[in-house]
Amino acid sequence: MTMDMFVFLVLALIAIASAVGMLVSRNGIYAALFLVMNFMTVAIFYLLLGAPFIALAQVTVYAGAIMVLFLFVIMLLGAEKLAPTTTLPYQRYAAYVLGGLLLVELGYWVWRGALTGVILPPPSEYNAMAGIQGMSKLLFSKYLLPFEVTSILLLVAMIGAIVLTIKQKGGRG
Amino acid sequence: MVPVSYYLVISGILFALGAAGVMIRRNALVVFMSVELMLNAGNLAFVAFARMHNTYSGQLFVFFVMTVAAAEVAVGLALIVTIFRTKNSINVDQMNSLKG
Repeated sequence: MTMDMFVFLVLALIAIASAVGMLVSRNGIYAALFLVMNFMTVAIFYLLLGAPFIALAQVTVYAGAIMVLFLFVIMLLGAEKLAPTTTLPYQRYAAYVLGGLLLVELGYWVWRGALTGVILPPPSEYNAMAGIQGMSKLLFSKYLLPFEVTSILLLVAMIGAIVLTIKQKGGRG
Repeated sequence: MVPVSYYLVISGILFALGAAGVMIRRNALVVFMSVELMLNAGNLAFVAFARMHNTYSGQLFVFFVMTVAAAEVAVGLALIVTIFRTKNSINVDQMNSLKG
């Protein structure tokens, strides 16, 4: 077993364990911290795949900004624990069955895709700096319009968040 | 020397776990986190395919997905805060009326 295969298998175990931990933890804060752990392992997957820029963006944007926002809202609302409800009690089992079916279906298509023969070279054979340069060249030539639209999207999201949470004078929030 | 199908398998497992989380959990915030998990699984498959085809377009799409996820979280958490103000709960079972 080569080194990167070993790293991959260990990371895969951690990723699945932290995702399951997020699903089963009763406390919302624990769920958020499990998800941070999952995002970090996915960031190392990106490094293994020779995408250092995406890996760092994953750490700063997902594990940093987004999850801090989540934790902030959980603590702000004081809603880390919910009382168990009795609405739709059969739904949990239906969800397990449907999730399992989805997994089987995805596994079937990966197996059918005959991709098992494609072996990715280890990241040491990959020029990361050229990757970042090639990516930025594409970003500012072929994908310039989506890049600019992204800025408008972020502006609209910011205005939307402010409009939704602002408290009007005399009215309800 | 990791085959690309291994990455697709782990991406599929994470996606299925996220989908199950959306259906199982009743806490709107955890449902939201499960959506993020599914987005991440999709991103992982994107990067794996980009590596397989030796192109950067897949990585760029991940970049765009991250921006969309950030925008989605900002608006979604604002919605959850507003719902909590009117209903005093973020249980998705109680979000059954459009009128506040």
